[in-house]
Amino acid sequence: MAQQRIAVVTGGMGGLGESISTKMADAGYRVVVTYSPSNTKWKGWIDEMKGRGYSFGAYPVDVADFDDTAAKVTQIQKEMGAIDILVNNAGITRDMTFKKMTKADWDAVMHTNLDSCFNMTKQVMDGMVERQWGRVINVSSVNGQKGAFGQTNYSAAKAGIHGFTKALALEVAKKGVTINTISPGYIGTKMVTAIPKEILDSKILPQIPLGRLGKPDEVAGLIIYLCSEEAAFVTGANISINGGQHMY
Amino acid sequence: MTRRVALITGGMGGIGTAVCKKLGRANANLVVANCLPGYEHKATWLAAMKKEGFEVHAAEGDVSDFESTAAMVRKIESEIGPVDILVNNAGVVRDNMLKKMVLSEWMAVINSNLSSVFNVTKNVIDGMTERGWGRVVNMSSVNGQRGQFGQTNYSAAKAGVHGFAKALAQEVIRKGVTVNSVSPGYVETDMVKSIRKDVLEKLIAGIPIGRLAQPEEIASLVAFLTSEEAGYITGANIAINGGMYMT
Repeated sequence: MAQQRIAVVTGGMGGLGESISTKMADAGYRVVVTYSPSNTKWKGWIDEMKGRGYSFGAYPVDVADFDDTAAKVTQIQKEMGAIDILVNNAGITRDMTFKKMTKADWDAVMHTNLDSCFNMTKQVMDGMVERQWGRVINVSSVNGQKGAFGQTNYSAAKAGIHGFTKALALEVAKKGVTINTISPGYIGTKMVTAIPKEILDSKILPQIPLGRLGKPDEVAGLIIYLCSEEAAFVTGANISINGGQHMY
Repeated sequence: MTRRVALITGGMGGIGTAVCKKLGRANANLVVANCLPGYEHKATWLAAMKKEGFEVHAAEGDVSDFESTAAMVRKIESEIGPVDILVNNAGVVRDNMLKKMVLSEWMAVINSNLSSVFNVTKNVIDGMTERGWGRVVNMSSVNGQRGQFGQTNYSAAKAGVHGFAKALAQEVIRKGVTVNSVSPGYVETDMVKSIRKDVLEKLIAGIPIGRLAQPEEIASLVAFLTSEEAGYITGANIAINGGMYMT
């Protein structure tokens, strides 16, 4: 690439985030990760990455809080440079049936998974448009496409993400900025592989025609494709990467 | 890395040529470009590819005809090797409003765009599943997703292509074979460039990104889908249309 692009990955230290961050760094991007201010293990992660030869910019950002994203993105751009790529990856779950779900469970998921896309994208979009180049990749989920029992909040937020993608894609299409959604199925992150093998084998894998979990690196590979120069005509798309779990 | 054999149907057209070049570069695949028997520009095309440094083989066969396709695949297998990557790209248009469309216009489009996918895939899929690795990419179209005035035949065939992809994806999923569709919007091929200037301008105005796609952009997406890393993507339909139609 002509100049080194700067990419921000929210939730960049998480199971999926770590693969995205390292693979993007391998692909030549200057990667900045954001992590939750409540994350107490960030220092250890940075050290571990240093040991593996990666030096990431790392910033505590509450992506659910507009003012915090504004302040931190200003700081990131001042210290690291203008942000060319934003991967809205941060997310949480608060699973339970609608019958039992409280407003707090709903709000937490909306704020962190959906409002975060507004909050973060809002801070970087003007710059991308001015510079006539940008990539935003919103990480949705197969459960946003098909719905999932016990996830009215998560399914709503993840489906909402793609509505956001499509509308913003239209608004900035002529400015060299693409906005896309990716919808992974079950990915073998630490969170998922921590599920007892019995449940994984009896409940989760039978839902996946391919018969295995996705690899975090496979999702990262898709994101890297979408960041490439040649993916400039792909915008407003929602790309499934789910081992055949949901086709439409 | 294994040198894969990639067959691109309609491989000498606008998009086909770009796919041939891209797949030839990616992982040093052995590229086979299909064309109709007796295609008049075959020698010129091969010479041009060679001049640009691409080693591409040609395979003559009418993909709308099962027997012709079967013979072509057997020849490829014996002379080059078994097909690991299939890009079902061949297609024709016979635009007409349904009111005026004749059966031959319907059949020509269904046979060349949809039955061709059966004909070619049928002849290579057993080998892919036996070897435990394969990639099938079907070229669909934005007009298969949204429908297009004057294209009942083409829209039906292109939508059908993805129905085929979804069903076959499930059948071969445990055998290391992925089956996906790509749905391009308007691409700057000779066919599109030949559209009258004022009509083309109006068409481009309807594309949010404000330009046509380059064939190389479509080829890059195909190359990504045929990579090792794309092994978890199957049964998907990937839009590459400059924001023209979003689902």
